Amino acid sequence: MVDRVAIIASKGTLDMAYPPLIMASTAAAMDMECAIFFTFYGLDIVNKKKYANLKVAPVGNPAMPMPVPNIIGMIPGMTAMASKMMKDMMKKSGVPTIPELITACDEMGVKLWPCEMTLGVMGIDADDLIPEVDRTCGAATFLEYAIEAKISLFI
Amino acid sequence: MGEGTDIKADSILDVKGLCCPMPVVKAKKAMDTIEIGQVLEIVGTDPGSKGDMPAWAKRAGHEFLASSEDGEVFHFWVKKGK
Repeated sequence: MVDRVAIIASKGTLDMAYPPLIMASTAAAMDMECAIFFTFYGLDIVNKKKYANLKVAPVGNPAMPMPVPNIIGMIPGMTAMASKMMKDMMKKSGVPTIPELITACDEMGVKLWPCEMTLGVMGIDADDLIPEVDRTCGAATFLEYAIEAKISLFI
Repeated sequence: MGEGTDIKADSILDVKGLCCPMPVVKAKKAMDTIEIGQVLEIVGTDPGSKGDMPAWAKRAGHEFLASSEDGEVFHFWVKKGK
C-alpha cells in the first residue's frame, strides 16, 4: 500500500498557508498519497478571491523579522505592509507563491478537500473556491482517510 | 568539485535560485520524463537540497548516486529506479 499523509489546514494567514502546501507537494513528489482538509480560516487557502493575497499579521506576532510594537501594528495599512515585506522576502529567496504551490499539489494529485461545514458557517459559496479543489467533505470522510495515514498533521 | 563529475547524465535539471520545496517537486516531474536506469543531474543553489535530495530519491524509489559542491552550486546525480 502507498504511504499516506493526511493534513488539516486550519489557518488562513500567509505564514500558515505555506506548511501544509509545502508538506503536501513534497509528499506527492516522494510518491506518497496526500490529502489536505481545509477547515475554518484554512479555507482562505483555496478561496479564489483570497488565496493569492493572504496576509501576515504584525499584531500579536513577536516573530516578525522586524518586530513591530502592537500599537504600531494596529495602524491601518500595517498588515498590508508586513504582508508585502514577507512576500518580497519569499520571492527573493526563491520560495514559490501560494498559487504556484497549489498548482504543484494539483498536478501531482494531492487531494484538496474543503470542509463542508465551515463553508456553510463562514458563508463561503462553493463557487468561491479555486477549481483545483476536490469534493467538499466532512470530518468523517477525512478521518476515514487519515486512519490509514502514516503521517497526520494539524496546521 | 566532487566525486560525481565523471557520471554521465541523460538529463539535466536546473533549479538554481529555487528553494524548498520546488527542487524536489521539479526533480519528481523531470524523473517522470526519463526512462528507468537513466540518470538525472539536478543543479541547484538551495543548501537544504543536500539533505532533501537523498531523502526524496530514497522514498521515491530512485538511486542517489553522488553529489558535489561547486561554490554555491550543488550537483546531484540520481538514477531512476521505477
